[in-house]
Amino acid sequence: MSGLEYTNGELQTIVAARSLAGKRSCFIGVGRPSTAALLARMVHNPALVLVYESGTIGAKPYRVPLSIGDGELAQTADLVVSVPEMFNYWIGPGRVQVAFLGAAQIDPHANLNSTVIGDYDRPRTRLPGAGGAPEIATGCEEVVVIAPHTTRTFVDHLDFKTTRGERTTMVITDLGVLEPAGGALTLTAVHPGVSVEQVRENTGFELRASDSVRVSEPPSGEELHALRELLSR
Amino acid sequence: MQPVRTLAAEGGGLRHVAQIVSLSEAVAETVRDGVSLALEGFTHLIPFAAGHEVLRQGRRELELIRMTPDILYDQMVGVGAARKLVFSYGGNPGVGSLHRFRDAVEHGWPRAIEVEEHSHAGMANRYVAGAAKLPFAVMRGYAGTDLVEHTQVATVRCPFTGEELAAVPALRPDVAIVHAQESDRDGNVQLWGIPGVQKEAVLAAGRAVVTVERIVDRLELKPGGVVIPGWVIDFVAHAPGGSLPSYALGVTERDNDFYREWDVISRDREHFQGWMREQGLLR
Repeated sequence: MSGLEYTNGELQTIVAARSLAGKRSCFIGVGRPSTAALLARMVHNPALVLVYESGTIGAKPYRVPLSIGDGELAQTADLVVSVPEMFNYWIGPGRVQVAFLGAAQIDPHANLNSTVIGDYDRPRTRLPGAGGAPEIATGCEEVVVIAPHTTRTFVDHLDFKTTRGERTTMVITDLGVLEPAGGALTLTAVHPGVSVEQVRENTGFELRASDSVRVSEPPSGEELHALRELLSR
Repeated sequence: MQPVRTLAAEGGGLRHVAQIVSLSEAVAETVRDGVSLALEGFTHLIPFAAGHEVLRQGRRELELIRMTPDILYDQMVGVGAARKLVFSYGGNPGVGSLHRFRDAVEHGWPRAIEVEEHSHAGMANRYVAGAAKLPFAVMRGYAGTDLVEHTQVATVRCPFTGEELAAVPALRPDVAIVHAQESDRDGNVQLWGIPGVQKEAVLAAGRAVVTVERIVDRLELKPGGVVIPGWVIDFVAHAPGGSLPSYALGVTERDNDFYREWDVISRDREHFQGWMREQGLLR
């Protein structure tokens, strides 16, 4: 144990960054995924190519961008392409290896909903919609989902299936890590201090746990320092 | 509508050029009640000044088209200017919800709005087909999602390999308005930075308006710059700062604080209306 104090949110970002060690390229949106990918470039994988939906390929932002269109992304990118080119030449043909996605709802097969809560025609909550997710999730080799672990997010049935889950290799939450096994998401790791029972209580479907649930490695001093320094920029 | 492209003499010949007019003239000439209107700019070069001019002129019953509605369409939907919204991602990037968009869809306030949604890949390819004057575009996508039932997509079989692919219909807005860094005096436009789908939107639309940060004697071509010749544009209007609180790379900076502030302004109906009245965007 490092004995460092940290939040589970910080660990979630750090675990997501670790998942990019050894990867060639990663498609990212804003928020925690972007923070994790920048952290990965700082600590684990300086050569990682960051791809943002706005058309910036190989962006090297110093700060975590607020939007995927921030000027720094275009100014630091290896190339900047149009939206049709992004989807038709880069994402669709599988030229980007990993995708980080988020969602409002996740089902046991890692299908995602980012469209509506409630009925489509009379939604209780209208969410932003698909964006690039459906084609990103079928174009990239591997999908890593980053989401808060609550019974509202992890549900038996999606209100709307926006994005398919077949290529999802990992779901990283603030409580642990889920991976597909035998056709359904299975708990494979809990963060330190989190019990399997606690994860089940926060999952809205019958959650299977692997025979040997690991405990996530706590943040190293280097990881935690780099993360906090990144967010203070 | 009358023809508006003008002719300029060059080397003894005549060629079409875009008319350089004021923003209010450009909007008045092209945007009528009920038209389908695309204001494009993907997270960059969002034509705010033009959208605001549409509101100042009181246009209503619009079919608003935009991949990422952003704050601009939240404002236009929030005052009831739209009867329909065609889009692929309706959020406030990095901040959260577009509250006026949500209120319109969830509660029909200030009016019910028809929604037609796509994925980004779907919308982008619809513009590509529109620009190419083809009836549809072919892509891999949508299959196995609930979007299939709720959007315009069909399946086609490749005549060469037999593969099943998604077909999306061409998008041809009546009017497209985009913002760029500069034009010359013949209305040849250059934009750089994130290029989005602006070129496709201009070429797909029946009529096209470009607002620009500056008008220069001669375009100096930039690496990665996208040039749209004046002969495919109807009007160019000088609108410095015309994409704020979005930005024009190299000229203005994105006002990220305003994107956060908008979350507060737009959350409450009366606060929103008060703010829009102050800006002269709602009577």
